[in-house]
Amino acid sequence: MPVSQETLDEIALTREEYDLIVSRIEREPNGVELGLFGALWSEHCGYKHSKPLLRGFPTTGEAVRVQAGEENAGVVDIGGGLAVVFKIESHNHPSAVEPYQGAATGVGGIVRDILAMGARPIALLNSLRFGPLDTARNRYLFQGVVAGISGYGNCIGVPDVGGETMFAPTYSGNPLVNAMCVGLLPHGGLMRAAAANPGSLFLLAGSATGRDGIHGASGLASRTFEEEREMRPTVQVGDPFLEKVLIEACLEAAASGLLDGMQDLGAAGLTSSVMECAARGGTGVEIDVARVPRREDGMTPYEVMLSESQERMLLIVKPENEDAVRGIFDRWDVPLTAIGAVTGDGVARVYDGPDLAAEINVATLVEAPQYRPGGTRPAYLDALHTAPMPPPPDPAQAGRILRALLASPNVASKRAVYRRYDHEVQTRTMVKPGAGDAAVLRLRELPKALALAVDGNGRLAWLDPWTGGAMAVAEACRNVAASGATPLAITDCLNFGNPQKPEVYYQLEECVRGMADACRSLGVPVVSGNVSLYNETQGEAVYPTPVVGAVGLLDDARNALGAAFAREGDAVFLLGASPADDGALAGSEYLALEHGTVAGRPAIDLDAEARLQQLLVTLARERLLSSAHDCSDGGLAVALAESAVLGGVGFTGAGDLPEGRWDAALFGETPSRAVVSCAEANVSRIEAAAREADVPCARLGVAGGERFTIPRTSSSLPILLVDELLADLADAFFGGLERALNA
Amino acid sequence: MTAAYGVIVFPGTWSDTDWRDAIEGVLGAQAEYVFHKETDVSRFDCLVVPGGFSYGDYLRPGAIARFSPVMRALSDFAAAGGPVIGSCNGFQVLCESGLLPGALMRNASLEFRCQPQHLKVERVAAPFTSLMREGDVLAIPVSHGDGNYYADAGTLARMEANGQIAFRYCDEAGAVTPEANPNGSLANIAGVTNEAGNVLGLMPHPERVVEEALGGTDGLRILRSIDEALHEHARSVNA
Repeated sequence: MPVSQETLDEIALTREEYDLIVSRIEREPNGVELGLFGALWSEHCGYKHSKPLLRGFPTTGEAVRVQAGEENAGVVDIGGGLAVVFKIESHNHPSAVEPYQGAATGVGGIVRDILAMGARPIALLNSLRFGPLDTARNRYLFQGVVAGISGYGNCIGVPDVGGETMFAPTYSGNPLVNAMCVGLLPHGGLMRAAAANPGSLFLLAGSATGRDGIHGASGLASRTFEEEREMRPTVQVGDPFLEKVLIEACLEAAASGLLDGMQDLGAAGLTSSVMECAARGGTGVEIDVARVPRREDGMTPYEVMLSESQERMLLIVKPENEDAVRGIFDRWDVPLTAIGAVTGDGVARVYDGPDLAAEINVATLVEAPQYRPGGTRPAYLDALHTAPMPPPPDPAQAGRILRALLASPNVASKRAVYRRYDHEVQTRTMVKPGAGDAAVLRLRELPKALALAVDGNGRLAWLDPWTGGAMAVAEACRNVAASGATPLAITDCLNFGNPQKPEVYYQLEECVRGMADACRSLGVPVVSGNVSLYNETQGEAVYPTPVVGAVGLLDDARNALGAAFAREGDAVFLLGASPADDGALAGSEYLALEHGTVAGRPAIDLDAEARLQQLLVTLARERLLSSAHDCSDGGLAVALAESAVLGGVGFTGAGDLPEGRWDAALFGETPSRAVVSCAEANVSRIEAAAREADVPCARLGVAGGERFTIPRTSSSLPILLVDELLADLADAFFGGLERALNA
Repeated sequence: MTAAYGVIVFPGTWSDTDWRDAIEGVLGAQAEYVFHKETDVSRFDCLVVPGGFSYGDYLRPGAIARFSPVMRALSDFAAAGGPVIGSCNGFQVLCESGLLPGALMRNASLEFRCQPQHLKVERVAAPFTSLMREGDVLAIPVSHGDGNYYADAGTLARMEANGQIAFRYCDEAGAVTPEANPNGSLANIAGVTNEAGNVLGLMPHPERVVEEALGGTDGLRILRSIDEALHEHARSVNA
């Protein structure tokens, strides 16, 4: 009987895809089989529209031990018998529907991704995007998401050490919630999510299976949605306590050497977990859904296979090791149930007790069709690129504008967010949230430290997808370099609209190309990632938003740098070219906040970026700096003010700012720049190092005092362009977000 | 003599590793995890009940952990005068168990707070604060959602009279003010002892500030006080 359009819509498959299934298996699939296809061929699991593009990313590197795509995440060697594993993932649509549980289970899911590799999760980061806080709905989403991350992350004992939170109207109906987890893996401890040995058992650990989250992958994550109430049952509910004991039990089991493999249950639940393991192992599977512990009666095989109930892990264990593994899970009081076995014939068979409910070749199931529809350059780009820039305002406004920028929720301190996250548990955190461009975590096991940062900029990618993509990679790596660490590798989350629209596909294609180019210029491979498409409301796509998580390594933890001015009397420098023209204002926070405009054509010189980053790392290694802070949102004046208020140390500008537009000199967002401070004794060595590295280096003034001043950029302006009390700037910066939340 | 510390591990405990590292790596004593199903703690000189979310804090923080098998042994250990320190969730467990007076409610802000914090030393006594002076200000961070200390008026008066208030939240200069109170605790109470003075509970995390690399060493002053007291005790027993 031909399948109804309604059924296909429910699992988000097209009629053509259905016909492809029929031709591949040479018969009509039954309902359970169709559900398996729907899940595995969803955008979320099958990467139908993104896989061909993602092949452009560099994935190899000197330190890369396992490449992206081979396993749940790539593995990067950091010496001393240790490796890091990290990945970022979106939970956008669940968070839009139910912010607390959507965000909480986003954290839980990414933690299990890292856990599945046998790694101890040591850090969480988040990248969040919401609509402006002046509407109650957006405040509700913001508070719910932060509470969800807090509630889940705090309970599992993994510190949440960093992130970013941005606000723009484009995200009002469709917030972005990207969660990143970093794990530490001893050599030899790597677990593969592969079922290579026929006869081994599949053991399901953790939570019982309920009806929650059915169609999460195919429905919520893989198409646009308008009616949130209808989708609420597709959001799962998290149990962080169970996650915590699951972590301990799984790590103990992984370290015992008793497992063939381990895999998390995430999107599409048992279906993707079991099938991916079999596909990687080149084997078949037999699963009996009747043996899966249930939360409720009357669940069909279809529901059991597609449930996205949280806090479940799949272990692959030889029969002779089952009892010993069971002993570990019993000790932690974590349920463990044998639900099937690995077979040698490459066929997936799903039983419901004695009845065969589905029988399909594993390879057929996991080979989702791939699309490269081709993109069309959006017409809006030309208009935005050629839009005239508003003239500079009255220079007497400079101080007020600086205060307004510091208080803008996009720039202001995110203390109201990170103080709700435990960022210190596991006692590794040396540079804490808000204190530096990257979080720095020491490695107890080694004298080294990791620097972690996450960054993205939808506004720039909207204005120029290639540049926005390149900039996301550059900024995340620059943040890591500013803390003194050499960027090792990145993970990425691509948050885009419906890829079947040619303009959206163009954005995706160009953005990925920009990211790949930046990765090659900076010498950082992509080791993992996630794609979130269909981020639209009422037919409008969100800004194309590439989010990049970067991990860097400091050979000596003592070289770690924060962003705060450290001492009165330290010299302050700007590293990097800083033009003061119209172009510098493209996509700037200043333009959006003061002029209500998002326009211009942002640009980045990737070679200059690479030189700056190498210089920052060199200066930190030689211990010549007291602080380093990149210039990003709000530009140079904001970067200087942030370093000042973070350190409680004022600033007296004395050097020459570039001539041109004073507003562009102060608030322009030309990339590849950093504000550094140093002891006077180190000045000549820093200048020499900058010359050698071919990075422009301009002395801006001196740290100290109770005031914050910036001199004029040309003789036609007042002598002091900015003359503010440090305390007023601090009040704007530290109070801005809270005031916006309570307005 | 090297003192032996038992670090209790409930399901959901997460400061266990940090305590072990502080005790072994910095203090130079011995630390061993004590799983909640154990019933014999006689081999230890001191017991630590670390922070975390034992049993997910379901029902109430500490309300389920108090029924764990190890808690009977811990109670006997404390009754015999053995030093017991509970931090964060450990403080909550000790209150729920009746080993310490009072209770810990939801923070007044209704939000979790992880932030730097200053504490004023209210009482100098072995085994927890002997290496300090009254009025000393310690910088020890907090990280909790349920640290709002409460005791009824009679209990509070008795505790004050007995000198059972160990630490109060204060500002950097040592002033005990409402602004310096991170969670709404009664009388800015951050840590209390039992009547005998051998059981201490506090919401802040001393194990997180034991090395300059982590931002401070004031937590070490508590650990060193305990270790000193244990050595003193060993000397007096052997004398």
